[in-house]
Amino acid sequence: MNEGGKKTIKLLCFAVLGMFTFSFALVPLYDVFCDITGLNGKVTQSTNAETSITAEGREIGLQFISHNNAGMPWVFKPSKKVLKIKTGTLHEATFYAKNTTNKIMTARAVNSVAPSNAKNYIKKIECFCFAEGIELMPGEEILLPIKMVVDNELPQEIKNIVLSYTIFDSNIEHSIIMNHDSDHEMEPSI
Amino acid sequence: MSAVIESHDHEHHHGPAKGITRWFYTTNHKDIGTLYLWFSFAMFLIGGAMAMVIRAELFQPGMQIVEPEFYNQMLTLHGLIMVFGAVMPAFVGLANWLVPMMVGAPDMALPRMNNLSFWILPFAFTVLLSSLFMEGGAPNFGWTFYAPLSTTYAPPSVTFFIFSVHIMGASSIMGSINVIVTIMNMRAPGMTLMKMPLFVWSWLITAYLLIAVMPVLAGAVTMMLMDIHFGTSFFDAAGGGDPVLFQHIFWFFGHPEVYIMILPAFGITSHIIETFSRKQLFGHASMVWAMTSIAILSFVVWAHHMFTVGMPLAAELFFMWATMLIAVPTGVKVFNWVTTMFKGSITYETPMLFSIAFVVLFTIGGFSGLMLAITPADFQYHDTYFVVAHFHYVLVPGAIFSIMAAVYFWIPKWTGNMYDERLGKLHFWLSFIGVNVTFFPQHWIGLAGMPRRVPDYALQFADWNMVSSVGAFLFGASQILFLFIVIKTVMGGKKATPEVWEGARGLEWTVESPAPYHTFTTPPKVTQ
Repeated sequence: MNEGGKKTIKLLCFAVLGMFTFSFALVPLYDVFCDITGLNGKVTQSTNAETSITAEGREIGLQFISHNNAGMPWVFKPSKKVLKIKTGTLHEATFYAKNTTNKIMTARAVNSVAPSNAKNYIKKIECFCFAEGIELMPGEEILLPIKMVVDNELPQEIKNIVLSYTIFDSNIEHSIIMNHDSDHEMEPSI
Repeated sequence: MSAVIESHDHEHHHGPAKGITRWFYTTNHKDIGTLYLWFSFAMFLIGGAMAMVIRAELFQPGMQIVEPEFYNQMLTLHGLIMVFGAVMPAFVGLANWLVPMMVGAPDMALPRMNNLSFWILPFAFTVLLSSLFMEGGAPNFGWTFYAPLSTTYAPPSVTFFIFSVHIMGASSIMGSINVIVTIMNMRAPGMTLMKMPLFVWSWLITAYLLIAVMPVLAGAVTMMLMDIHFGTSFFDAAGGGDPVLFQHIFWFFGHPEVYIMILPAFGITSHIIETFSRKQLFGHASMVWAMTSIAILSFVVWAHHMFTVGMPLAAELFFMWATMLIAVPTGVKVFNWVTTMFKGSITYETPMLFSIAFVVLFTIGGFSGLMLAITPADFQYHDTYFVVAHFHYVLVPGAIFSIMAAVYFWIPKWTGNMYDERLGKLHFWLSFIGVNVTFFPQHWIGLAGMPRRVPDYALQFADWNMVSSVGAFLFGASQILFLFIVIKTVMGGKKATPEVWEGARGLEWTVESPAPYHTFTTPPKVTQ
């Protein structure tokens, strides 16, 4: 093998390692990309929400929808499904949740907004979806709060916003065991 | 004295080792090429048998032969085996046989790694196939293994699947490094890059694509492994991950992957069409640029596989236009092949028949690809049989026809014997009719709304599904004939001349048929 060959092999090995690393770098890159474009519709906690509370703007429709991820037994629903709000004003809403099982469970809610280009105009001061885990005792009920404001700059063509929340069982184990054993406790996944 | 020199000479230029260990220990590019080709043929027949199970179940509406769970396993393994076991190893086998001979090199640059990269493959596929006999069955989530189907809801055997994909990836990466180093460093004097035969060019580009995307596939399955066993949440929304991320990573690998399966076919077709048209290929340089631009564009079109997951309008427009742009270099290639045939003195031997069928049928697959690229239309076509028809048109009469054409074209060089032309033509016509009867009606049932990946379907799709199944059985059976023809040619037949085909161009036709165990130990001088 001549020098040129050895150099080519070295370069190619670096390329392979580089691309393997790149595949993992895609994970944070995807988050950054989604954050900029609003691609996956996830609204994060806003630090400058107060600046959006200005003059009362136009009226828009706001719709809350809830989903239970497969196998999640809780009752989970918005207190009020459809409402009219004014942009530029602070708005509070609640979701009702109840642990219907006879064991302590931790849940996590994931939010999404449609249309996704409304995402950057929704400022959430408080949301149960920011919590890493919502723990409920057997049979316990809770009202989960949302405090938000829709910015006056919201594009004119958007007249309705849908806020969707999906609740997940944080402790669910990956079902590589086919018969899901519900009494089996596992460490919560990160 | 001369006898002494001769015996020394004989020892130096030894032939193949004796016995079965020849195949285990071999570092000879021709032996390894043969191993790859036989392995891929075996996988083609196994994957094909699975396709027969699928088509038998779809022969009539209702569930008759297999359970839906088993149907899903057949579907998944058929895809995985055909992509990673049949098409890719066949092209690597052809590269092993042909690249060193075409560039005038004595062997591949890294012969021992070459042996390793082949011999880990049977292990990978044994692991994958053994999952059929495990509790919970084989992988059942489709060859695209979307999370969470392949993580949260996967059968326990998914871990074996992950390791087999890791091994396949390692094999492909080693194979690609070998091809690139051979091409970049071992060309005969006088063979500049632009003088390189197109098959070599197509493989150089393919190898770079493999180097770029196989590690990404390895990364994707590693993330799955960590999600399943180590409590991470790359693709699990409950833990802050995102299943859509999986699709982005998968298709960032997957789209270049589909070009990995077609670029070497472009190279093969170029050689065969120019030979049987008895003309120099039209537009050698434009072929090189077309392949290069297809390869580069393949990195920026991945999201056209997932228009329906939800994307900003701007992204959908970008991926639509970028996808359609690929039709330009592909059109250049088709134009060049047709122009090469134009006013040529064409004869229609089996390789030429397969290659002409490749040009026509691959173009049909390309056009249905253009239809699928139109974002709003894709919302209608997505996950229907139209997609199945599209990718089978580019892979079966595309990639697989080109592999068959290559086998008929170069088998006289490999074995020293001519194949039976009459049987070869019969094989071609049975395959050609079989392929079209199988896949053409799938366009219609797809447009009519039949979803893909279903073991049962609504009654209005019954007729064309039956036709499609009949075509599939014909195509499947005609591959037994192919196996027979190949064995017959290996066993004997009319002796081939070194040139084999009248007017064949390229260094591989300057050595005897069958090609000696060692060729070009002293590099040839390339003039033209």
